[in-house]
Amino acid sequence: MVDYVTIWGISSRDISWVFAQLHLNLAAFVIAVPTFALIVEIIGFKTGDERYDNLAKDFARLITISLSLTSILGAIFLFVIIVLYPKFFSYFSQIFGGTMVFYAMLFFGEFIAAYLYYYGWDRLKNKKLLHIFIGFFLNSFGIAIMFVANAWVTFMMMPSGVKETGELYSLWEAINNPGWWPLNVHRLIANLAFGGAIVAAYAASNFLSAENEKEREYYDWMGYVGNFIAVSALIPLPFAGYWFGLEIYKYDQQMGITLMGGVLSWLWILQAIIIGVIFLGINYYLWIGMERIEGAERYRKYVPALLLVMTICFIIWFTPHSLVASLEEARKIGATLHPILSVLGIMTAKNTVVNIMILSTFLSFIIYRRSGKIPITSWARLGNFIFFSIIAVVAGYIIFLGIRGYFVETTVRINYSMYQVLAVLFVFIVCTPLDVAIYRKSNVIGSIKWGHMPPRSQYMLIVIAVSFTWLMGLMGFARSSSRLNWHVYKIMEDTSHSAFVPSLGYAAKIVSLITIIFFIMIGVIFFLTKMLEHRQEEKFKFIKE
Amino acid sequence: MEVKTGEKRTIRIFNPFFISGFLLVFIYLVLKFGIHPPIPSSLIAMYMGIIIFAIILYISSSESIFQEFLHPINLFLTLDRLKVPRTVIGIFIPLILGFWSYQMALPKYEPPAGLRTIHPAPPDEISVKDEKIVLSKANNPFRGDEVEKYKKEGWEIYFSRCMPCHGDNLNGNGHWAKRINPIPINFRDPGTIAMMPESFIFWRVAKGGMGLPDEGAPWDSAMPVWEHDLSAEEIWKVVLFIYEETGFQPKKWQ
Repeated sequence: MVDYVTIWGISSRDISWVFAQLHLNLAAFVIAVPTFALIVEIIGFKTGDERYDNLAKDFARLITISLSLTSILGAIFLFVIIVLYPKFFSYFSQIFGGTMVFYAMLFFGEFIAAYLYYYGWDRLKNKKLLHIFIGFFLNSFGIAIMFVANAWVTFMMMPSGVKETGELYSLWEAINNPGWWPLNVHRLIANLAFGGAIVAAYAASNFLSAENEKEREYYDWMGYVGNFIAVSALIPLPFAGYWFGLEIYKYDQQMGITLMGGVLSWLWILQAIIIGVIFLGINYYLWIGMERIEGAERYRKYVPALLLVMTICFIIWFTPHSLVASLEEARKIGATLHPILSVLGIMTAKNTVVNIMILSTFLSFIIYRRSGKIPITSWARLGNFIFFSIIAVVAGYIIFLGIRGYFVETTVRINYSMYQVLAVLFVFIVCTPLDVAIYRKSNVIGSIKWGHMPPRSQYMLIVIAVSFTWLMGLMGFARSSSRLNWHVYKIMEDTSHSAFVPSLGYAAKIVSLITIIFFIMIGVIFFLTKMLEHRQEEKFKFIKE
Repeated sequence: MEVKTGEKRTIRIFNPFFISGFLLVFIYLVLKFGIHPPIPSSLIAMYMGIIIFAIILYISSSESIFQEFLHPINLFLTLDRLKVPRTVIGIFIPLILGFWSYQMALPKYEPPAGLRTIHPAPPDEISVKDEKIVLSKANNPFRGDEVEKYKKEGWEIYFSRCMPCHGDNLNGNGHWAKRINPIPINFRDPGTIAMMPESFIFWRVAKGGMGLPDEGAPWDSAMPVWEHDLSAEEIWKVVLFIYEETGFQPKKWQ
C-alpha cells in the first residue's frame, strides 16, 4: 500500500484541510441550530407566546438543507482521506473502526429526527410535548455525533490507549483521551456562539432584502435573538479554551509551548484581533439598537466611556510580546522586546483586559435592557448603588490581580487568571438577578421599535458571522498544527512532503478561501430555505401587540 | 462656536468630523514621537487601524452624530464656492496615493522584518557532553539546602562568561551588548526567564543561538554554544544564579 497519493499535483493537505474545515463549519451550524430551536420552542410552549414558536420553526427550517449539505461534505472528506492518505486511514480505522460504524448509525438517527422535527411541526402542534421530545432526540444525536468525531481528532493530538508502537490496548482510553472532554465542552459552547452568529446573519440578510415593514420588524427581532445567543455563548468560551489548553500542557509541555509560545504564538495575535472585532461589533450593535428605544438617550452618554475602555483593552490584548520590527527599528529599540510594550505582551495583561472587555459588554447589555424603563421599586436607588459598586469592586479586583501578576511567580499567576474569571462570573450571577429585581416594577417610557434599524447595524451582524467563521478556521489550523509533523502525535509520523507547518500567511489565505466558500454555501442554504418558506401571517402577530 | 460658510449653511468647529480628524492626528503623533524607544511602524499601523475602526463605530452608532459627521463632507462636495479647493483635493489625493504606492514598490536594501519566536518549543531531550537530559523532567540539581553556596559558584561563572553581554546588573546591558543585534536578553524583564522553566534556560545556555530551531532564527542570535566550554553542572549553577539574583521563580512544568 502506498503511503500518500497526490491528485493533479494539488497538495493533499490543502484539499483535506478545505473539506475538513467546511464540513466542520456546517456541522457546527447543524448542531447549534437545533439546540436553540428547541430552547426557543420550549420558551414559546411555557409562555404561550406564539412568536417564539414561529421563530423556533424558522430556525428549524434551516436544519434540513444544512444537514444534507453537511453529510455530503462529510462523505467527500471521507473519500479524500481514504484516497489521499490510505496508510493513515488504514491505521485509524484499525483503532476507531467500531466507532465509525456507530457514527454512521447516529447520523441515520439524526436525519430521521431532523425531518420528523421540522415536518412534524404543524402536525404535532397540539402534541407539543411529543414534538419537544423529538427535538430533544435530534439534539442528542447531533451532540453524540460531535463527541465521536471529537474523540478522533483529540486522539490524533493526545493519543491514549495505544502502545508506543501504535497498537491499541484500550479503545475506551483512546476515546477518553485527555483532550476529549475539554474539546467536547469547548466545541459545544463554540457551536452555539457560531450558530447564533450565522442565524443573526441570516436574519440580517433577510432584513436587508425585506419588502415590507412587517418583515423588517420580524427579522430585526430574529437578528437580535441570534446575536444574543452568540454573545451569551461567547462569554464563557474562553474558559473552556483555557481548560483545553491546560490539558494540552499537561499531556505534552512541548506541544503546549509550540501552540502558545512557539511557532504558532503569532496566531494568537490574529485571534485577539478577530475576537476584538467581534466584541466591538456586538457592543456596536447594542448601542445602535438603543436608537430604536425611546428613553435610551439617557444612557447615550456612557457609550464613549465604554468604547474607550474596550478600545484600550483591545489594543493591549493584541500587543505582541515580541515585535515585528525592521532592522533599523530594532536597533532603535535596542532589543527584540520593547521595554514598555513587551510588558503588555504577557498573559497577565491579556487575561486582565479580556475580563474587562467582558464586563464592559455586560454593561452595554444592561444599559440596553434599561433603555426604555424607569424603575419604581422603592429600593431602586439602593439597588443601583449596590449593582454598580459590585461592578466597580470586581473591575478593581481584576486590575489589581493583573498588576500583581507581574510580581508573583508563575504558579501563583496562573491561579490569578482563574480568580479573575470567577470574579466576572460572580458579577453575572449576582448582578443579573439584581437588575431584574430592580426593574421588576418599572414605568415603560419607550418600547422597542423593531425594524427601525439602519442597514449598517445588519452589516455588522454579517461582519460578526464572518469573523466567527474565520476564527473557527484559524483555531482549527492551530489545533491541527500543534501536532507538527505527526498524523498521530509521536505515534504515526507524517512523512509526506507536506509534513511542515505552513506559514501563518499561507494559513490565512486558506482560511479566507474556506470562509468565502462557506458563505457561498450558506447563501445557497438561505436561498433554498427562503424558497421553501410559506410564511404565515400569524408569524407577525407579536408586532401588533 | 460656528463658522459661516454662506448660503445659510454652517459647520460647528466641534463637529465630529473635525474632532475625529484631530484625535487621529494627535494619537498618531503620540505613538510616533511620544514613546521611547520608538514603536515599530507595523504596530503603529495596527494601533491606528483599531482606533479608526473604534471612531467609525462611535460615529455611526448614533444617527444624529453620523449625520453631523457627514455634514462638512456634504457641504464640501456640494458648495459652489468650494469648487477650487474641491478640485485641488480631488487631484491631490490620487497623487498622494500614487506616491505612496511608488514608495511601497521601490526596492529596499533593508532585510524584511521577520517573525522571530523568542521562546520556541524546546526538544524533548538534549545531549550535553554525552549525557542525555529529558528537558520536561530535568530539575536543577543544585536547588536544595546549599543554594547560597551554588549561587556563589554560579555568580563566578556568570561574571567570567555571561556578564560582558548580559551585564553586571543582569539587564542585558553589558558592554558588548550594543554591538550585538538583537541585543542580549534582559533577565530582569518579567517576560523572559520568569516565563520559563529552568531546564528551558539550561537548554538555551547549553546549545546557544545555533541550537535554536528554525522558528527561533538561529542565524539571528549571537549566544555562544556554552556546552563546549562549560560542564552541565556549571550551566545548572549559572541558571540557578540568574534566577536567585533576579528573584524570579522558574516556571514549573505542568
